Amino acid sequence: MSVPVLAKPQLRGLLAKRLRIHIIAAFALSLGCATIYKFAVAEPRKKVYQNFYRRYDAVKDFEEMSQAGIFQYGKP
Amino acid sequence: MESLSFRMDFHKWRALLLLPVGHTWKIIPIVGRGASFQMFFLPYSPWFTLVRRGAVGVQSIRQAHGSGDTACSQKMPPYSNYHAERNYPMPDEPFCSELSPQQRALKEKEKGPWQQLTDAEKVALYRMQFHQTFAEMNRPSNEWKTVLGGVFFFFGFTGILIWWQRLYVFPEKPITLSEDWKSKQLQRVLDMKGNPILGLASRWDYARNDWKK
Repeated sequence: MSVPVLAKPQLRGLLAKRLRIHIIAAFALSLGCATIYKFAVAEPRKKVYQNFYRRYDAVKDFEEMSQAGIFQYGKP
Repeated sequence: MESLSFRMDFHKWRALLLLPVGHTWKIIPIVGRGASFQMFFLPYSPWFTLVRRGAVGVQSIRQAHGSGDTACSQKMPPYSNYHAERNYPMPDEPFCSELSPQQRALKEKEKGPWQQLTDAEKVALYRMQFHQTFAEMNRPSNEWKTVLGGVFFFFGFTGILIWWQRLYVFPEKPITLSEDWKSKQLQRVLDMKGNPILGLASRWDYARNDWKK
C-alpha cells in the first residue's frame, strides 16, 4: 500500500481516564463555586445585616411608621 | 420484514422533506466520477412560493440526481442505500443494483486478490456500493440560515399578533395600574419600611425623601 502507517490509537483505559479528569474537575469546580459564593455573597450579606442592626432603634422605627399613618389601630 | 417496512416509510417521508433535509443541489456533471455540488441557501419566502409551484419537488430533485449519479441509474426507495445516512453507514443493499457490463466485470475482478485492483477501480467499487462518502454525507450545509430566518420571521409575526391583540382585544387597565395609584402604593411600602436592609426601603434616603444615589 502507498498509505503511510498511522500511529496506534489509545485503545484501553478510556473510561478511566475520562472519569479521573472529570472527578477531579467536579471536585475543584464545586469547591470553587462554594468558596466564591461564600466570599462574594454570603459574607457581604452578613456584614450588611450586622451594620444595620448595630445602629437600629426599634422604637424610633415604630414611631416613624406610626407618624406615616400606616397603622389602623391605637389611633389617639 | 419489519425493518424494511419502516425504512420504506422513512424514505417516503425523506422524499417529501427533501428541502429541509437535503439542502444542496447537484450540478449535473457531463463526465467525471465525483459529483460536484453547489450549495446556496434559499431565503424563506421564495422558497415557499417555489414549493407551492412544485418547482422544488421530488421530481425535480430526482431529475437533478438522475444524471448526476454516474455510478448507476436512478434508485427508488425502498432501497436502504437510496440516501447516505450517518446512523446507517453499512446498509445491506449496495447503492447500484443494476450493473452495467463494465461494472459486472469489475465485480468479478473484486472476487480475486484486491492488490490487483487499481485505485480507480477501488473508487469505482466504492461508488457502486455506497451513495456518498462520509465526507460528502457529513458536509455542512447552509440550512441553518434558513432555519434562523424562519425563526426570526415567526418572531416578527408573533410580534404583530401581540400588537394587534393589545390594540383590539385587551380591556381597560385596572385602577391599581394607574400612575397615581402606583405612586401611592410605593409611598405606603416605603412608610412601612419594606425590606429595609437589602431591599426596597434600603435604597430610599429618608432624610432627603429621594432614592439613594
